[in-house]
Amino acid sequence: MSTETKRLVVGPFNRVEGDLEVRLDVADGEVRQAFVNSPLFRGFERILEGRDPRDALVIAPRICGICSVSQSHAAALALAGLEGIAPTDNGRVATNLILATENVADHLTHFHVFFMPDFARAIYEDRPWFATAARRFKAAQGESVRRALATRATLLHVMGLLAGRWPHTLAIQPGGVAKGADARDQMRLIATLGAVRADLEERLYGAPLERVAEIADVAELEAWRQAGPDGDFRLFLEIAADLDLARLGRAHDRFLSYGAYALDEGRLYTGGTFANGRAKGLDPAAITEDHSFARMEGREAPHPPFEGSTFPDGADETGYTWCKAPRLSGLPFETGAFARQVVAGHPLARDLAAREGANVRARVVGRLVETARTLIAMEGWVRQLHPGAPWCAQGAMPQSGRAFGLTEAARGALGHWMVVEKGRIARYQIIAPTTWNFSPRDAVGQPGPLETALVGAPIRQGETTPVSVQHIVRSFDPCMVCTVH
Amino acid sequence: MSTLAREPFTVLWLQSGGCGGCTMSLLCAEAPDLAATLASANIRFLWHPTLSEETGDEAIALFEAVLAGEVRLDALCIEGALLRGPNGTGRFHTLAGTDTATIDWARRLAAVAEHVVAVGTCAAYGGVTAAGVNPADACGLQYDGRRPGGALGAAFRSRSGLPVVNVAGCPTHPNWVTETLMLLASDLMRAEDLDSYGRPRFYADHLVHHGCPRNEYYEYKASAEKMSDLGCMMEHLGCLGTQAHADCNTRLWNGEGSCTRGGHACINCTAPEFEEPGHAFLETPKIGGIPVGLPTDMPKAWFIALSSLAKAATPDRLRRNATADHVLTPPAVRDIRKR
Repeated sequence: MSTETKRLVVGPFNRVEGDLEVRLDVADGEVRQAFVNSPLFRGFERILEGRDPRDALVIAPRICGICSVSQSHAAALALAGLEGIAPTDNGRVATNLILATENVADHLTHFHVFFMPDFARAIYEDRPWFATAARRFKAAQGESVRRALATRATLLHVMGLLAGRWPHTLAIQPGGVAKGADARDQMRLIATLGAVRADLEERLYGAPLERVAEIADVAELEAWRQAGPDGDFRLFLEIAADLDLARLGRAHDRFLSYGAYALDEGRLYTGGTFANGRAKGLDPAAITEDHSFARMEGREAPHPPFEGSTFPDGADETGYTWCKAPRLSGLPFETGAFARQVVAGHPLARDLAAREGANVRARVVGRLVETARTLIAMEGWVRQLHPGAPWCAQGAMPQSGRAFGLTEAARGALGHWMVVEKGRIARYQIIAPTTWNFSPRDAVGQPGPLETALVGAPIRQGETTPVSVQHIVRSFDPCMVCTVH
Repeated sequence: MSTLAREPFTVLWLQSGGCGGCTMSLLCAEAPDLAATLASANIRFLWHPTLSEETGDEAIALFEAVLAGEVRLDALCIEGALLRGPNGTGRFHTLAGTDTATIDWARRLAAVAEHVVAVGTCAAYGGVTAAGVNPADACGLQYDGRRPGGALGAAFRSRSGLPVVNVAGCPTHPNWVTETLMLLASDLMRAEDLDSYGRPRFYADHLVHHGCPRNEYYEYKASAEKMSDLGCMMEHLGCLGTQAHADCNTRLWNGEGSCTRGGHACINCTAPEFEEPGHAFLETPKIGGIPVGLPTDMPKAWFIALSSLAKAATPDRLRRNATADHVLTPPAVRDIRKR
């Protein structure tokens, strides 16, 4: 065996949102060290400075075309904090529906369009499941890929009905939503969600959504793989077992969620952290960003986001990415659908976390379970809309103040921190989910979650764009345009 | 017209300083869906960052083959602004795996492409990526805001002789993109089919105002005063639908939506420099109570005269409903025998 270390630079990485490059140090057929580079800097935080605070609702969503509603929601929450208002009941429920629609659409896009096509690649021709995977998941052509895109387009009719359009709606406001629904809207929403449910139950799960949502532990998941209903979910479980995806891509097993979907009695998915087998609350004041290996000025100390800065340093040689390194109490955290379900206490997610931690299989299972749970909740929310009751509370913007907005995008915890002075945005800092997950190293050398997850990934003979690396990267559902914004 | 006998119309799609939203919107194409639409016109993506199997080295090899003339490129589609910073190096966006600025890739590929298409307002004019202090020194392919120039220069013409086709919009409607590609593939787009900002006239010769369901409120100047009101959003809430070039209210989005149908202002996102309106987006700037920006083609004096007349004649039904979030007073039901 050779112990010579080789360097691989992998990119452009397609079927992720935005642009990504990964530098790998490889020896003895596996990854020894990984360095994650977000090669696109636009500077949205600086673009927002000096504007009317309400303009954040126009500018911030345009950070990202795949999670524009999450960005809009975080901005609206920060504005609501500044104005000291809360949304009306209708506004809250409609916002949940709009946000959940985007998140479910993202999960569907990720699984079918981004993640699964890798198993239809020629490298897996000798596997027993290959013919099925190729038929259903060949990039852009597979039966399931095309069906899923049609279902996604149908699902996004919720946006046409409640938000005007997607992406980049202005419908979500600090006090609720800009458009009320009437009785016919409510019936159209029921019909739309019903069509989505029918397709997912027929094709993706082969079973009612409720059965998926109720899978309680790893043993039940294994039973589904062996004798469950035929569907793409089971196909994935078979592939995952054959390729041992549960042993691929483990990071720090520290999970973060801000909590998602405000209800009367709290949140559908409660927020907080989960690490070392324990769930804890979250103190946003413990969040900082480290610039040590980002191509950013301000390396001398970690930055609490209200005091954060974004001054790119293009001449810097130590930095290897435009991405900053977010830390909670000095530690890197993983965020995303699996993290959200673990923090929220879903029994299967907790069992997976306890037995094998986060990995390629767990992250995908987390998304597919969450998809089912969220759609069920959405059907209930449609029935909670009350035509005739108010949709949008009104507030007034103060001349100065500071507030943050924390929400969940499909791929995890998203926060906006806004400081207003003399009626203008004086400072705006954004920490996106992929900034957490694809963080570079920090001042004490701790790698980010993906950098850790890639260590040990097997490299086949002659591979320059290792397929195991692709599975691990895509298991996070990265959104690179959000990462650096 | 048979397209089967011909070679496929090949498209290479790159993303630079944008949000990917135009691609996400493209995947919303319906009736028929994207794959069926492209197949019907014999259009084939050589590579698309969201849809293709090839990644890393395989993708770069394909780009090189195009540059070497081994693979014919009918249309280069660029989504997202082109980044010139820092200091003219373009290194705020290097194409992953190549250590080369994406703006350089775009320039080299544009030189060999039969057509060049800017997908979205960022690629066309710079868009939101160029807003504020423009930290990345972003511009469009052939415009820098309203000024001709940009990454390729004002004089650029692709091999077909056309300037960059600017499918502006933030994001673009899926069908604006597919119809543009279909027209190019069918050799049916001429320079005169583009408007003065390079936008395809098939959608830019319309106004967002056309087909807006709030037109009755507009006619009587019955105005919304706050978000979620039903009235016309032009007078107070910053709506530019009467000036914005697009067919959003007749073509519709995501089934049956549009910005004004979603209860919020049209911010004129198909226009260069829409990102800097000079006022808050959701507020109408006024002088002496009169909106500064008036409808396209409308002399100011007429607008003032007509709007004061219209206001005096506003039916009570519209006056009441305009500032409510649901219909308080429905249209009267008349006895149909009394016509």
